[in-house]
Amino acid sequence: MLHYTLQRLVVAISVAITVSIVAFFLLHLSGDIAISIAGPEATPAQVEAIRQQFGLDRPLVVQYLEWLWKAVRFDFGDSFYFRSSVVSLIASRIPVTLTLGAISLCLSLLIAVPLGVLAAVYNGTIIDRLALSFSVIGQAIPTFCLGLGLIILFSVTLRWLPVSGASTWKHYILPSIALGWYAVPAVMRLSRNGMLEVLSADYIRTARAKGLSPGVVIFKHALRNAIIPVVALAAVQFGFMLGGSIVIEAVFSMHGLGYLAWEAIARNDFPVVQAVVLILATIYVGLTFLADILNAFLDPRIRLA
Amino acid sequence: MKARLVLMSAIALAVGAPATGAFANKANDTLVYASDSEPENVSPYHNNLREGVIIARHVFDTLVYRNPDTGKYEPQLATKWTWVDPTTLDLTIRKGVVFHNGDPLTADDVAFTLNYVVSAEAKVVTKQNTDWIKSAEKTGEDQVRIHLVGPFPAAIEYLAGPVPIYPEKYFKSVGLTGFSKAPIGSGPYRVTKVDPGKGVSMEKNANYWKDSPQGQPSIGKLVFRVIPDAETRMAELMTGGVDWIWRVPQDQATQLKTAPNISVLSAETMRVGFLQFDTLGRSEKSTPFKDQRVRQAIAYAIDRKAMLDNLVGGGARIMNSACFIDQFGCTDKDVPTYAYDPAKAKKLLADAGYPNGFTTEIVAYREREYAEAVIGYLAAVGIKANLNYLKYAAMRTLIREGKAPIAFQTWGSFSVLDASAFTGVYFKGSADDMTGDKEVGAALNDADTSVDVDKRLKLYQSALKTIAEKSYLFPLFSYPANYAYTSELSFTAQPDELPRFYAARWK
Repeated sequence: MLHYTLQRLVVAISVAITVSIVAFFLLHLSGDIAISIAGPEATPAQVEAIRQQFGLDRPLVVQYLEWLWKAVRFDFGDSFYFRSSVVSLIASRIPVTLTLGAISLCLSLLIAVPLGVLAAVYNGTIIDRLALSFSVIGQAIPTFCLGLGLIILFSVTLRWLPVSGASTWKHYILPSIALGWYAVPAVMRLSRNGMLEVLSADYIRTARAKGLSPGVVIFKHALRNAIIPVVALAAVQFGFMLGGSIVIEAVFSMHGLGYLAWEAIARNDFPVVQAVVLILATIYVGLTFLADILNAFLDPRIRLA
Repeated sequence: MKARLVLMSAIALAVGAPATGAFANKANDTLVYASDSEPENVSPYHNNLREGVIIARHVFDTLVYRNPDTGKYEPQLATKWTWVDPTTLDLTIRKGVVFHNGDPLTADDVAFTLNYVVSAEAKVVTKQNTDWIKSAEKTGEDQVRIHLVGPFPAAIEYLAGPVPIYPEKYFKSVGLTGFSKAPIGSGPYRVTKVDPGKGVSMEKNANYWKDSPQGQPSIGKLVFRVIPDAETRMAELMTGGVDWIWRVPQDQATQLKTAPNISVLSAETMRVGFLQFDTLGRSEKSTPFKDQRVRQAIAYAIDRKAMLDNLVGGGARIMNSACFIDQFGCTDKDVPTYAYDPAKAKKLLADAGYPNGFTTEIVAYREREYAEAVIGYLAAVGIKANLNYLKYAAMRTLIREGKAPIAFQTWGSFSVLDASAFTGVYFKGSADDMTGDKEVGAALNDADTSVDVDKRLKLYQSALKTIAEKSYLFPLFSYPANYAYTSELSFTAQPDELPRFYAARWK
């Protein structure tokens, strides 16, 4: 187990470092940073002064290492656009994205797992196919379309829920549905396959033979084993939702991390883009690592293979 | 069982509870207005976005007031102004006006503001607004003297617009960074909160000075919300989440007209849309634009009338000169107009050595559909223009760095009713000048600084004629504004594209 953990850790760290290199060079893709900081009307002398002041005349490797050292201490510099530090910007935006991601994940698990069980139990019947169709709809409709559709139905027509913003819990319902639905098919299929596999296992036949009620067999004996891979997948899905909320945040005007990233890209605010890329990627890498370890812990076959 | 009960009641709550529209409406005395962009900095001198101009007019006072109904200048912070000579202006500053933090507004604040905004450290975004001022000095307890760089007959018009007065003591103690987070002015509304990228909250200034020509504000609170998506803005208005939206696309406006409880107002604005060419050819893709024939070809290739009829909608007019036609000095007399003629465009392109067209790039930041229509017209004559759609500040940087071959620009002249506020920005050698025509620049400079009215008009006309002949910039049309708002609100629009919420009232 220790060996396996170390192995996964090395992979995770290498991915994180690669991402950090990409994020670092993002800034340099934008052209001359000294000009960007100085502003377009600065004289060449002012640009030169800034170049020296920010150490932009040193070798790239040195600059990268210094940037990385600052980044691990959460110092990403100042936004080109807003006159405030990138960290304070991100700190004010990340709660919305984390809340949205968490609610969406819970919602998709609450829907996907029972659907998967249902589909497995009624394998091959119309129920199976209906369950699959329902879950796939969320992935088939582009998220912005789904978001607008929900707004039209629940906010404009029925007037049950607010249209946009993030000020109360009600504001999270529609975006969570739009975002959570997208993750339903993956989780649903995984729990369906897991259930199918487990349901044909010997110990289930034994349980049935003992005369246990179908409900007890399915939920107490089968689901507990079938759900193992779902736990790991959920961790990865959470990371995906943090990144995938960009469109949803824009449609619902939620001002989270995703929307910040989108805006920052549109205004060439590279320090912000850099920081968001790095933070989201690190979270994703961390969650994947966690999922791997969790999987291995739950299923000895993985760590021994 | 218990868990099921909790779940059921949660669902019941979610479904049964009526949606609270984020405290917008008459009952809460809070007017929520939404727009798509936010200024990079709420300090009025440090952004050139319309949303910033709106905030400036509500939070700050200017020295002079131009009555939008009569067009006459009335005393605002200055009770009297006298021209000592064409480059010296004496002002008497009103007594008894206080800033939102309680500090009195004095001649010192006026002199400080004017000297600060012309200093290099201020880094004012739109230099044209202030670069006619050389310096200001306090000459008596309530007296300020402005020294001009040269004669500038439009000075009063500028003082009535983009030159708000800052509190010296507060600004010096918090600096620009602090000021942009908590600005303080003397206007009818005071800022209670600035949420970078999200919006700005304002509250009625209960101590607003009594004799202000703007009148006393009526609505208690103003909330500016940034909602990027046009459909979301419309849905918010329909459900009462916001009270006022604008820049409503033509199709949505038609739709909203049929909705109960919503009023729609369409009016022309001073904003002019135009294509600006990098005639300096500063990047590889802008090389073709050094050739006058290519620029003319583009002018012939675009059917402005069709765009107006099908896309832009009510209230807009075709513009032929590089300014808004009602501005002083703006004229299209003797200015060449480019009627839609794709065959001629192709011929001009062939003459210029591009019989098969070329590939280039166009930057845009507002109505994407307008830019896409232009791209369609260009494609029809063989020019493949790739769209780079970005936020205004990012686009401005590309233009200033010479990385934008064609820019789909719009300019609202900061609501200044003088042609200098348009031509001065793009043709007098500032960072936004992509032409660098010294003769045009000199003519405009003479026009801006001439005291003789007839001479000014002639000089503008000749400069505008040259600009159109050489097609440095291709004016498209004035922008209409479709405003949509709750029927509870009594609101009137002015062509200067400046919603005056301080004059709005609940019915």
